[in-house]
Order: sequence, then C-alpha cells, then structure tokens
Amino acid sequence: MNPNSNQLGRLLARRTFLRRTGIGSVALASLLNADMARSASAASLGGGDVALQGALRGTHHPPRVKRVIHLCMAGGPSHLETFDYKPVLAEMDGKPMPASITEGQPIAQLQGKELKVLGPQHEFVPCGDSGLMISSVFKHIGGLADDMCIVKSLHTEQINHDPAHTFFNTGTAISGRPSMGSWVLYGLGSETEDLPGFIVLTSEGGGQSQPISSRQWHSGFLPSRYQGVQMYASGNPVHYVGNPDGVGRTQQREIVDAIAKINSIRNTELNDPEIKTRLAGYEMAFRMQTSVPELTDMSGESQQVIDKYGCTPGDGSFASNCLMARRLAERGVRFIQLYHRGWDHHGGVKNGVATTANLVDQGTAALIQDLKQRGMLDETLIVWGGEFGRTPMAQGNGRDHHIKGFSMWMAGGGIRGGTSYGATDEFGYNAVENKVHVRDFHATMLHLLGIDHTRLTFKFQGLDFRLTGVEEARVVKELLA
Amino acid sequence: MLRRLIAGLCVLVVPGIVCGAADGPPDSDRPLRFNRDIRSILSDKCFACHGPDAKTVEGGLRLDLAGQATDSSVGAIVPGKPDESEVVRRIRSSDPDEVMPPPHSHKELTEKEREVITRWIAQGASYEKHWAYEPMRGVAMPGVDDAATGGSPGKVAITQVIDQTITKRLAAENIQPTDQADAVTLIRRLSLDLTGIPPTAQEVQAFLDDDSEDAYSNLVDRLLNSPRFGERMATYWLDLVRYADTVGYHGDQNVSQSPYRDYVINAFNQNMPYDQFVREQLAGDLLPEPTLDQQVASGYNRLNQTTEEGGSQAKEYLAIYFADRVRNVSQVFMGATMGCAQCHDHKYDPYTTKDFYSLGAFFADLDERGVYGARSRPPMIRVPDQDLLNQLAAMDQEIAKLKESIGPLREKLIANQDQWETSAIKDIDKRTEVEKAWVDDELVLDANKSGEWKFVEKSKAPVHSGEKSRQQQSDGLVQHFFDGAKQPFTVASDTRFYAWVHLDPKNPPRAIMLQFNDGDWPHRKIWGSDDIAYGLQEKSYAGYQRAGQLPETDRWVRLEATAKEVGLAEGAKLQGMAFTQFGGLVHWDDSGVIDSDGIPADVAAAMQVPKTDRTQPQQQSVRQYYLAQADEMNSLNQSISDKQAAREKLFESAPETVVSKSVQPRTIRVLARGNWMDDSGEIVGPAVPSFLGELDLGERRPTRLDLAEWLCREDNPLTARTMVNRLWSLLFGRGICASVDDFGGQGTYPSYPELLDALAIEFIESGWDIKKMMHTIVMSQAYQRSSTPTAELKERDPYNDLFARQGRFTVDAEVVRDGALSISGLLVENVGGPSVHPYQPPGYYAQLNFPRRTYAADSGQNQYRRGLYTHWQRTFLHPMLKAFDAPSREECTAKRARSNTPLQALVLLNDPTFVEAARVFAERIMREGGDNDDQRLDWAYRNAVSRSPDDSVRQPLLDLYHQHLTHYQANEDDAKQLIAHGGAAVAKDLDAAQLAAWTSVARVILNLHETITRY
Repeated sequence: MNPNSNQLGRLLARRTFLRRTGIGSVALASLLNADMARSASAASLGGGDVALQGALRGTHHPPRVKRVIHLCMAGGPSHLETFDYKPVLAEMDGKPMPASITEGQPIAQLQGKELKVLGPQHEFVPCGDSGLMISSVFKHIGGLADDMCIVKSLHTEQINHDPAHTFFNTGTAISGRPSMGSWVLYGLGSETEDLPGFIVLTSEGGGQSQPISSRQWHSGFLPSRYQGVQMYASGNPVHYVGNPDGVGRTQQREIVDAIAKINSIRNTELNDPEIKTRLAGYEMAFRMQTSVPELTDMSGESQQVIDKYGCTPGDGSFASNCLMARRLAERGVRFIQLYHRGWDHHGGVKNGVATTANLVDQGTAALIQDLKQRGMLDETLIVWGGEFGRTPMAQGNGRDHHIKGFSMWMAGGGIRGGTSYGATDEFGYNAVENKVHVRDFHATMLHLLGIDHTRLTFKFQGLDFRLTGVEEARVVKELLA
Repeated sequence: MLRRLIAGLCVLVVPGIVCGAADGPPDSDRPLRFNRDIRSILSDKCFACHGPDAKTVEGGLRLDLAGQATDSSVGAIVPGKPDESEVVRRIRSSDPDEVMPPPHSHKELTEKEREVITRWIAQGASYEKHWAYEPMRGVAMPGVDDAATGGSPGKVAITQVIDQTITKRLAAENIQPTDQADAVTLIRRLSLDLTGIPPTAQEVQAFLDDDSEDAYSNLVDRLLNSPRFGERMATYWLDLVRYADTVGYHGDQNVSQSPYRDYVINAFNQNMPYDQFVREQLAGDLLPEPTLDQQVASGYNRLNQTTEEGGSQAKEYLAIYFADRVRNVSQVFMGATMGCAQCHDHKYDPYTTKDFYSLGAFFADLDERGVYGARSRPPMIRVPDQDLLNQLAAMDQEIAKLKESIGPLREKLIANQDQWETSAIKDIDKRTEVEKAWVDDELVLDANKSGEWKFVEKSKAPVHSGEKSRQQQSDGLVQHFFDGAKQPFTVASDTRFYAWVHLDPKNPPRAIMLQFNDGDWPHRKIWGSDDIAYGLQEKSYAGYQRAGQLPETDRWVRLEATAKEVGLAEGAKLQGMAFTQFGGLVHWDDSGVIDSDGIPADVAAAMQVPKTDRTQPQQQSVRQYYLAQADEMNSLNQSISDKQAAREKLFESAPETVVSKSVQPRTIRVLARGNWMDDSGEIVGPAVPSFLGELDLGERRPTRLDLAEWLCREDNPLTARTMVNRLWSLLFGRGICASVDDFGGQGTYPSYPELLDALAIEFIESGWDIKKMMHTIVMSQAYQRSSTPTAELKERDPYNDLFARQGRFTVDAEVVRDGALSISGLLVENVGGPSVHPYQPPGYYAQLNFPRRTYAADSGQNQYRRGLYTHWQRTFLHPMLKAFDAPSREECTAKRARSNTPLQALVLLNDPTFVEAARVFAERIMREGGDNDDQRLDWAYRNAVSRSPDDSVRQPLLDLYHQHLTHYQANEDDAKQLIAHGGAAVAKDLDAAQLAAWTSVARVILNLHETITRY
C-alpha cells in the first residue's frame, strides 16, 4: 500500500473533526482509532463503522483529482445538436439512411419505421482558442472550450433509459450492483464526517421527464453506508434530518446524550464494537442535523456568485443544484451527481434541445468557473453527458435513442482541455475512431482518482467484483494532460 | 427405505465408533483435506486460468481436475514429491515471468498458502470432489439418549448430534464455549428469531416464573405455532424470491402479487413440507387440477422485474427475464451462483453456459411478454378469500335459480304470440327502425377528423350507401376517427350504434373495432382477434367488449354496439367515433346511431309474411324479437344481468396476482456471450446441470414439475443442504456454511460439514418439516449459549465459525419497525392482504413517471401493520427499510448486509413512525406504568428491553424526564405538537407536558442499541 498525501490529508481532517466534536468525542475517538487498525478485508467493512477511510487505505498511484461531479444529462442528449459536428448529415437531410449502416442494429421506437436522415438542427461554432466545434445552443459552455475534452466516440450497450443509466452507473444492466459513486466512496472513503460522502440532486425540464431509479446511486452489495444520499430542494433536504415538531435542538441534544450514555453503559457489560459504531453514528447524525441546514442555507453567497449561476438558490433548478454542488465539494463530499431529466427528445428535437440546453448551460459554466476561481477545479473531475445519444435518423421531427456512438465531455484535474477524442462516422451513427466504451470511461475516472480499476474489488457471492467487470477496460490516457 | 436412497447415510447409534472431521486432531497437526484446506486457495488464486471455464484454460492445465493436475507426463503436481512438482517451483519462483499466479492477476499467494499447498502435495495431493456436490453423509454418534428421540429408539436425537459434534470439536481445539444465556436473553432471542417481535413484559415474567422442566420447550412450541412465525419466515423467503409490489424497470409501476405473499405466510404457518412448497412455486399450475393456492404459488416464476417502457424490444427483454429467472432459481433452490454462466462457462464451478440456458429452458413454456402493456401483467388471476368465495357461491345460486325460470316464462309468453302479432302488425310501418348516419359520403357532424379518411368512388370500390365509402388498409393497426363533435349526441338507455363494413375476402383484417368517445375513449367493441391492444384485458368489459368472430367477408354487414355494452350510460354526451382495424382491407360506410324504438326491418318484413309461409329463419327472428320485447322477459333478463354484474363486481374486489400459465415452449438457444441478438447458438431443451446428472424421461420434454421433482429428490445434494443451512443462519446469524448464498467453489467450506449433512438428512427424513428443524436447532445447547464472546473467543474465533457462542446482531429492518410498534401498542396484527403504506417523506417518488405518483400514507389500522406488508417499491424502497439494509428485491438476497450508520440514527430519531410510537408508548407508560416516576420508568424499560433498568440507567432517564417536563411545562405549544405526531388519537385527558416528557424518555428507549439488537 502506498501512503501518500491523501492519507495525511485524511488524518488531518480527522483531527480537525475530533477537535470540533463536543460531547461523545471520547467514544468516537476510540472508535476511529480502533478503526485505523482494522484490515481492509470485506468482512470488517461489512461490520459497519463510520470510517472516513476507504478500503484501499490510500490510493494505488498519486491521484489527479479528489472528487467527481457528474452532471448527468438524463434522457439521452442528441450528440448531433450538441457536441458532434456533422456537416455531411446536413447535406443528407430528408434522404433515406443507408441500410448498410442500420441493418441488424438495435433500435428503440423506430422499430419497423422508414429511416430518413435528419440534419443537425442547430449551428455549430468554433469556440475558444482551441476552436472546438460546439453547438450554438451553449452560449456559456462554449466559453469553456479550452477547459474541455470532448469524447465523441463513446458507446454503450443498453438502448432503453433505465437499463442504460444502470449500465452507465454500475457497468452492467443487471440490477443489484454498486454504482460508481459507491465504488469510489468504498475505495477512497470520504473527506467529511458531517455529510454523506456521495450526494445526489435532481432537476427536470425541457423534455419528457423519464423516471430515474434510486438504483442509480445504490450501493448494491457494498455496505449501505456507501450509498448515494439524495438531497431535496423542498421539505427536509435529507430524509429525517429535521427534528420532530415540538422538539428543539436542546431537547434533541439531550435525547442523543441520554442514548449515548445508556449505550455506553451497555457496552461496558458487553464490549461490543457495534455499540461503539452506534454511538458514533448518533453523534454524526446529530451533527448532520446542523450541518445540512448550514449547507442548504445559501444566504452567505454573494449576489455576484448568484448572478453567475443565474438562479434563485434552493429553487430546485439545475443551476441551483450546481451551486449546491460547489458547496458540497468545498465540504469534502467525494462524489456528487446532478441529474437533469429533460433530454428525451423523440419529437421536436430542435426546440427541445434548445430549451433543455438553456436550462443547464449557465449553471454548468458557472460551476466550472466558480471552482476554478476557488482553485478547486484542478482537484475535481467534471463529467457531462447522458446515458446514450440519439439517432441520425428522424423520428418525426425528433430523434430516437442511440447507443453506437455519442458524446460526453470532461473537464478539471488531469484533463487535456481544448481537445476532442475519437470520432463517429459521417452520419454520427457508429463510433469509428478511438472508440471509448463506458467501461473505459470508468477505468479512466478511477485512474484520475488514483485507483487502478483492476484492484478495486469486493468479494460477493464468491467472486471478486469490480466496477469495470470482467471485460476489457482501458484507461484512455490520451484524454489526460 | 428412505435411508437406502441417501448414499452413505448412517444415522445409527454405533457406540464407540466415531467418524467425521470433528474427531480429528487439532488444526495444526491434522492431515490436510482438499475441500477444507486446499480448494478455496486454488479456486480463488488459480481456477480463473486453470479451472472449469473451457475458454480460458491456460497452458492446457486444469488444476480442478485431479487427473490432469497429477498427470505424470505433465508433472504439474507429483503426489508426495513437492520438489519435483512444477506447481511448487512456480509458486515459489521469484522470476516475474515464471511465478504463479502471475503478477498482473493481482492474486498473490500468501506464505502460509504456499506452505499449505506444498505440504498437501507432500502428503500425497489427494483430491476430493467439491463437498456440496457429493452425496450427503450421516454422522454416527456414541452414547445418545434414546428418550430424547421422541420414542424412536436406535436413532440419534439430532439435537444431540448438534451438541456432540460441536462439543467434540471445541474440546479438540481446546476452546471453551460460553455459558448458557440468561432466561431473559433466551426469551428475547427466541421471540425475535421465531416471530420477529420482542416479548411483552408479561410474557417474560411468565417464562421466568415457569419452573417446569418443559418451560423452554413449551415456549418454543408457543412461538412456532404463533401466526407471527409465518410472517417472520416469509420476510426471509420474500428476499430470496425477490417479491416486490412494483415491476422494477423504467416507470416501476405497481403490480399486484400480494396473494403470493399470503401464500408464503400461510405455507410456513401450516408447516407445509418444504418439498411441496418448492413444487407448488415452480410448477403449481402443472399439478393435476391445481388448487387456487397452487396457482398463486406458481406466481413465483413471474416475480422477476419487467418493463412496459415504450421502444423496448421484446426479444431483448425476454432474454433479460430469462437470465434473471435462472439466477434466481439456482440461487434460491440450489445455493448456486449460475449468473456468470450466462456469458461464459463458470470460472470456479462446473456450470457451463449450456447448463445455464438448459436450466432456463424449463421456463420456456411460461406465458409472458417481453414488453407489457400499460399496467397489465397477464396472465393474472383474482384470488378471493374464503369469505368472498362464500358470498360468490350464494350469488351463483341465485343466478342459477333465475335462469331456471326463463324456460317456463318463455312457454307462457309463446302462448300469447299470435295475439301480440295481431296488435303489433297494425303499427308496423310506424315502428320500423331508422338509421341516422353521422358519416356517409362525408362526415355529417361538425367535428374534428383524424387519421386518413380515404373516400373512394362506387366505380372503384364497394359502396353501401350514397356514392362513396372509406377505404382503409394496413399491415398493422390503423384507424380513422372523429371527435370533439360541436353538438354531442345524448345517449338514451337503449341507444344502439352502427357502422356498415365490407371486409375484403382476399385480404381480411385480423380484427376490427368500433370505439366511442364521450370525452374519453374507453368504450370499445371488437370483432375478431385480440390484436388490437388498446384497452386489452383478459376478460371482456366495456373498454374491450369482444363480439366474437369477424363478420362474413365480401358483403356489406352492419356492425352494432349498444351504448350499454360499451359503458355509455344514459345521458352520456357522445362526441366521437373511431373505425379501427388490424391489418387487411376494409371498406367502411354509413355509420351512426339507430333510432332504436322500433321493430328491426328484417323482423317487420317477416311479420308481413303469412305465418304458414314464413321460412325457418323468419319464424325465428319474429319469435326472438317478440320474446325479447316482452316486459316480463325483459325484466327477468334484467335481473339476471344485474345479478351477474353484481357478482362480477364483487369478484373484482378480490386482489389479483400474477401466475404461471404453460403455453407452447419458445425456442431457447445458447446466446454467445449473452448477446440476445445472436441467433446462431445451439438450440437447447430443458435439462439439469449436466455434472449433477440427468432426468430420465425418455422422449418427453421435461417440465418445470420435473425440475421441482429433481430438486426434491432425496439424493439431490443441494436442496436440503441449502435450506437447512439457511434455517441455521436465521437462528445464529450465520450458516454452518458461512456463504449461505454460494455453495460453489468460491463459497466457504462448512465449519461442520458432517453436521450440515446430518441436519439435511434429518430434514428430508422428517418429511421436509421446517418447524421440526427449527425446533430441533433451538433446543440445542449451542443455540442457548450466551452471545457475549470471551476475550479468548474474540481472539481465536472472531467470525464464530465454531459456534462456541451465539451470534449478536441488529434485527432486520422490518423487525426494527415491528418492535417499536409492538412496544408502543400500536401494532395491528392482521395476517395477509394487499400491501400498506406507512408514513414516508413527501416527494420521495418525484423521480418516478409513467404515471407520476404521489404517495398517500394509509390511515387507520393499515398504518400500523408489520413491516413485511410495506409497499415494496423496487426503485424507491421505503427510506426506513432501506436505511436498515432491507434489499430492493431486484435480485435474490440470501444474506442481508448489516450496516450501522448515521442514517439509521436519523430514522429512529425523527421518522414520524418512531416519534408516534414513542408518544403512544408514553401514553401507555402513564396509564399502565404505575403511580410514580420510578415505577413508570421500570415498566417502560421492562416492556421495551425485557428487564429492569439499573440505577446507572435509571438516573439519566429520570434526569431527562425532569428536564423535559420543566421545558414542556414552559412551552406548552411544543408539548402539544410533540404528542400529536401521527394519526393515532391524542390523549387529551393526560397532562400534555408530562406526556411530552415521557415521550422523550420513550424516544430514548426506542433508540437504544439494545432495543434493536438480538443477543
């Protein structure tokens, strides 16, 4: 195992945390010390503790980033109206799609229909010093071209929304496997004791709101503490984080203290490590009851910042979630996922893409600039993309689901900005050059986090499972700076 | 007899003779055994490349096969000679190009593992077959007490086998087991293990006061006979079979299958033999004249996740359901993990890809769809309970009685037919019916047209009325329609609609449909097949009224639909009509409404023919019309149809459930790399995994029932072992084989293989008697030991492999809930029925769609039902259940994760269910707990954790009580808010501040680790 600065960082964070902890810190300290001595075996991890520490006890190699912010464009954005510039497609508009390309390929709602080409519905413009071609719908994102690496040759294996998200998040369409956020948290642990290490926010608008399952952030067979925790714009931001009506903070504190006292007494009789864990769990729960309201209280954000994101903080919009993502990143949350449900444009792709793009454009750009200004972009990986792309063939005036070639982009630490990688054919149908499979993306993301994807494993039903599974997966080094 | 069928069985008393691994010398000295000591190392570190997967055998060497590994021409393993064995040289090599396992595999051997392998080769490298595939072997025990066998002399009491086996091993290893647990711990343990609900203070006291020798045994019997037993066992079984209330994929819509859950609960409560339980679930529908329960049981085969997402390809999803089912069947009944074999031969077990598809082929006969229609999962059946069945039978009798009176009435009426004709014929001209067309050569009504209205001329196509008809042709579903009529037609009670159609004789449609709009379209009548899917349900109803066969082709036919049969009540405003067909060529012509107050034209014509000259059909049509219009007959028919409708309505109040229905089996192919689009693979029929034998059925295609029979054969090495190990794990927190979900090569070796076998054999011999096995196990000393490990045990046996102590663990999510409700007195114990909806944070289902859903918590009794009845939304499991590790039930769960997290603390502290339980518990504390604070506290503690609080515990609770009493006296509004949580009645007669303060105490007690832990 390779001790490195991350581990040191965690030790420091732990000390800070212990210093800040009031009552109950003695039990907590002993718990954490005991925890340090534990081995990384699956058995002890299954036992349950509030460890900051991940199973890897460090990283496999020096990491380029500490955290991931995944801006999940749910519904399947059309690559042909966003990041994959296809002039030939425009010339072919209205003409039949060559059967040689589409024959025998999986297809969704266009099953049995006549296949005609639909040209790109939006203009592309060269952006930044790099001159990356980006759709004119992204007035703000276009300005980030020099920070972005666009992957134009992504391909996946699932053509319907729910299985495709499951595939993108877990590397397989079989349910019950851990999501990538859970894997990362399991491997690296968290940098915060005040908040869950994997947080999910959602917004919608601009197109058909396809459902999203909590399977997408589930921990699968990993212990449930690695699951993503959903935050809400209205009501309790995290389930059960508010005191019951009629119970003030003081009363709640007194109740938690009484629980701790009696549990400790019981523990002197039984010497049960689970009781110690329980004590720490209550302490953290109580602190979450404070830290979550602090987190969601955005009154301290300057007007300048708010204007940059262009939202009313806490309004449930994608932009507001982007602002929240920055606050979560500042507080040490390891994996942050923002779903925007609004990209399923079977019909009216022109207006649809424009509308949805408008809803995510400013927030995305503001988040990246904000992180940059605070010196945090270098230690963050931003991932922007959906579960699949859309067909070059028309479905009325829209486009159907498409999995053989589509685009996503990344920015942040370790990413070669101002570049694109891979290509689809002239129709934007098949990824033909430097193909990147979803598994390759997983391997690359883990690599940036300092993890060798073949060595982040968990034993379940007798097998060493990993995010990238048993098929070939490669770190796409060409994307890396 | 039975005994002979089980290879090597010897459950006989043979004094002085011992066998089995338990009797060997201590660990370090005893000879190595392949299964216990070697297999797990080779499997984990070597088999991926040198194991069963035919595609990846490196260097042609398989280390799982003794013959190949010790082949002298290869020299990989030379028995007795480690120095000459290539394997030893390679695992000890320091050359990165030579060392095994190779560095890139990240599967380095430890020094101890190298040493063990070397020593095993030195000892002769003797192989054993994998234990789980070997026949079960009995264990012989000396000096057993015949009296304990319940009057079957000569046979070892299996409880004694448990204790003697464990005791011997502990003695051999020089390990001191823990003492027997105290009585309070025992009754709590038994109550939680066997019923999932903690004991009341009275139950604890009664047990403590019972000095009789049978006190413990009687308690066990009482708990096993409680209906709670079935609920507790069902909780586990439902995890295995992945029972849920929603479909899982995409919109995760609801699907009704709660009768299956009731079946499981009842089966455990009635102590149904396990073999029958297996048979009914896999093949209940194939049993001779299956009972309703057996059909419900067969719903097991259809508990998999399904989709109704638009744009899904049926073929792909059929492949997904297929693989899901193979994974589940092999996990549930065989303890096998066959999932990997979907794409490649298993790397660690002898399951091949062909085995995977052959096992799945048993289920190729299931009537299922890849992509289902909205909110429909046929085939389903309604499952009335006994009460409802009685009511239905009574109604059937009434209907039969009414029908019997038709004949006599008919005779009576016929006597008066002449008289009626004489009077009716006078007005016959006035009374001829009139068709009022809404569409003829054009749309007459002012309304919106949709679809293609292709009018064709008389010269080119058949026309019925006027100059044109409407031609409609397609390979599939096609329709044209109008809606939004500016002046809607008001429906009368006897309104009839019509449309003239002409079906092309060479290219007839598969089905045609008339459909009506009164603001919405759920009014349909269909002729022909079920190809038109709109509104399709198994039984005809107003939204899909089947009229039988297609009309004759090549002639004009008038289709008719009464307003009543398509569900248009008197006064409904008709705004539109649709003309739909599936396939074929149809000409549609004049359509509209029939002025129905008259004699139909054909009847009128017949009446004008002198009676003696009438043809047979003419006579019949007059007779039928006459009878039908007679008031008495009308009223009789009306009462019959009213009764039938009432019966139908009552029947439909019964819950539905998915079931298995056998149809022509579809073709199953081995899918190369699991690819559903690849049709090139070998076609396979149903077969059990080949290394486990084959079914000898001659030419007959094996069925699901044959699979069930094979699983329940006494010589099947997997079924009994798997189940009995799981029963054990429910009672100790871990199995004798720790990997309760994997009996394969990567699973763990059982710590007492001979005990597992003895229990499995006993299970079979008892007639697969689950309660008897549970009884047997809990009667053992091993079960009754303290769960608090000594320092020595913690050190020497941290995972409790040897059962020198009991397990201690957090109770299941459902039991956490049940405990709080039970302690508070809120728990409502109704067994069975549809799922219920406890309080849930608002907006939790906001990410669902198709349709969008708002969660409505139940009020009244259903709010306080046991956790296993909670609505199980696969994609958004109730957050309380999820926090406490209940699985989503997307896949089989044989062993739940047990975590211990801050989210659990938040649930117990703040979830309204637990706050309400606390405040209702507080009310009981004040009413039932005695007069002073000390008594009340004592009462509260004993009702929650079964014992009195020590002073050290008492003080903080009393302090809290007084602090909060002061606070709530000063803040009455807060007190009132706190004591009003949830839907239960607020105790207005009690002092609000006191009640609030006791609520705080109750919250502490419900949050204690002890309250949610089984010791």
